[in-house]
Amino acid sequence: MQPILEIRGLEASVDDKPILRGIDLTVNPGEIHAIMGPNGSGKSTLAQVLAGRETFTVTAGHVRYLGADLLARAPEERARDGVFLAFQYPVEIAGVSNVYLLKAALNAARRHRGEPELDAMDFLALVRSKLKSMEMPDDLLYRSVNEGFSGGEKKRNEILQMALLEPRLAILDEADSGLDIDALQVVARGINALRAPERAMIVVTHYQRLLDYVVPDYVHVLSQGRIVRSGGKELAFELEARGYGWIDDAVPAAAGAR
Amino acid sequence: MDTDTARIDELISREYAHGFVTDIEADSVPPGLSEDVIRLISAKKNEPPFMLEWRLDAYRHWLTMREPDWSSIGHPPIDYQDIVYYSAPKAKKEGPKSLDEVDPELLRVYEKLGVPLKEREALAGVAVDAVFDSVSVGTTFKTRLAELGIIFCSFSEAVQEHPELVRQYLGSVVPRGDNFFAALNSAVFTDGSFCYIPKGVRCPMELSTYFRINAKDSGQFERTLIIADEGAYVSYLEGCTAPMRDENQLHAAVVELVALECAHIKYSTVQNWYPGDRDGKGGIYNFVTKRGDCRGAHSHIAWTQVETGSAITWKYPSCILRGDHSVGTFHSVALTNHRQQADTGTKMIHIGRDTKSTIVSKGISAGRGSNAYRGLVKVLKTAEGARNYTQCDSLLVGDRCAAHTFPYIEVRNPTAKVEHEASTSRIGEEQLFYCRQRGLSAEDAVSMIVSGFCKEVFKELPMEFAVEAQKLLGVSLEGSVG
Repeated sequence: MQPILEIRGLEASVDDKPILRGIDLTVNPGEIHAIMGPNGSGKSTLAQVLAGRETFTVTAGHVRYLGADLLARAPEERARDGVFLAFQYPVEIAGVSNVYLLKAALNAARRHRGEPELDAMDFLALVRSKLKSMEMPDDLLYRSVNEGFSGGEKKRNEILQMALLEPRLAILDEADSGLDIDALQVVARGINALRAPERAMIVVTHYQRLLDYVVPDYVHVLSQGRIVRSGGKELAFELEARGYGWIDDAVPAAAGAR
Repeated sequence: MDTDTARIDELISREYAHGFVTDIEADSVPPGLSEDVIRLISAKKNEPPFMLEWRLDAYRHWLTMREPDWSSIGHPPIDYQDIVYYSAPKAKKEGPKSLDEVDPELLRVYEKLGVPLKEREALAGVAVDAVFDSVSVGTTFKTRLAELGIIFCSFSEAVQEHPELVRQYLGSVVPRGDNFFAALNSAVFTDGSFCYIPKGVRCPMELSTYFRINAKDSGQFERTLIIADEGAYVSYLEGCTAPMRDENQLHAAVVELVALECAHIKYSTVQNWYPGDRDGKGGIYNFVTKRGDCRGAHSHIAWTQVETGSAITWKYPSCILRGDHSVGTFHSVALTNHRQQADTGTKMIHIGRDTKSTIVSKGISAGRGSNAYRGLVKVLKTAEGARNYTQCDSLLVGDRCAAHTFPYIEVRNPTAKVEHEASTSRIGEEQLFYCRQRGLSAEDAVSMIVSGFCKEVFKELPMEFAVEAQKLLGVSLEGSVG
């Protein structure tokens, strides 16, 4: 079986300040990997480097996505090829309706795959069905992208986009931050509904609570730009009970346990 | 960050699509300005004596004036003796009496520009007056409009056919000596459009003027006068293009609008004069005076402008809210790219009771463009209960452009309410990355973000124009990210 993602010796920096100091990780189809770690450990950087954010410079290592070099490609090419990043802080775009962005995004991917673009009617039918599953009101489609959205609406909007774009690799950056328990459950249901044998997910989170609902296959702990510990879902509970201080004290595990 | 800026820069470069020159034999006077030239222009147009006197008065006044220097724009001195003040496509006879007599070459020019003049091909519901260099070359749908009593013709024709209306209203909103460029225009204007909507008539179609500068070294000085009599309604569109030339060309127009009691005039402009090249070589200097007079109670004048062209844009479409309960609105999108400069805004002069004005200005600066909003809201003592709402938003694309806002507010009546809101934002790397992560190209992302920014103004434009404006913005920005 071909892995969806293979990260080897990945190092990245911003303004010459190293953030990632050698990440190794392999993600196979159908798997959910949780990346945990204290603030500043490099979790969000990893997510953004994989999506192609140019504020970070990759200084070493390589990443293969479905067997091909990922880092050489522009962010939009990665996206059209099925790499999706749910943003921790989704940006607001005034005057651009949510539905317009969604349609442009879906049709960009369809064009790339050589499929015909969806017309307005077919698109609306599709997006409405997804909307229902995310328990989002219709009017969210016609409001400006993320403008005036509550924290919960922004996060649900990210998952809605994911549901629509059906990525092969979904990277969820702090999908749970700022959510109350009801909103958290909605988001979690949305994520779980997208679990599929051909799809992999990387769930970046600071707290264990999202993992009560979205149960990962593997948990990795990031500290100072390295994976210092990897394990099954139990590792998350251990972290919850003992805090990240325990990890920092621990001897770094062999980097990239898998 | 640097790569991002570089990409935005690439996106902003794209070629001007209307830059072709048409080889048409022209009847031009030699460059230079003097009383003799003015007499010659007036004679060529066979004008009644009052027009010549009016022009000469304006010229004498102009001689005493200096070019204004209070705006934020800069340019090398303009040599007013080096400009051709009259250039007309040579007509076989006196002048075209109907479209059938118009030189087919000229008709092809307008077709190429997407403005077919032949009535059967004309956009349904839009009557067009086409002004080529100094003269009007044809007006469509004239007879249909005449049935309703609407006069829509070239200015020259109005001077011949309706001298009493011209005499009554010409200069009644923008006086001869109003400002340097208006005085120059008054002295030498060669044509333009004239429109009169009689009492109680709602003009059933959009009226439009399409201006085209073609001849080399010529200036374009057109004058538009629109009068909406009591209870009348008209929506008027103006479009402009010019060939690509290395020399700067002067365009100094005057537009006067008169709205009598309960009349409503909607005036929309999509200005796409040649902006010059990347390095600021060539392009049109656009010094325009546009003013509307809400003379009657409950009258309404609405200016909407999308300014994407010209090397320099200097214009402040204004409303004099004289009638009680009259309403003035101004919606503007101004885009400057490369080395374009725009100093634009409006003046709202509240004179009548319970007068209302709304200003929505959207400035977009890209490349090394410089964009200034300059607006005056003035409430006179008599303007009991006046209201104004102003919103000025600036959007910066890249990090070498500039945006300025100069609001002037003068209030002499304590019951007035004046609100001003302003914002400046930048198309950030973050917004761009978000859109690209969703699979949009950087180019599509910028153009999507920019049209979102302009949405409030675009929705004020008539349908066909809104589409054109959106495309124009896309064209003007394309190439800035890639």
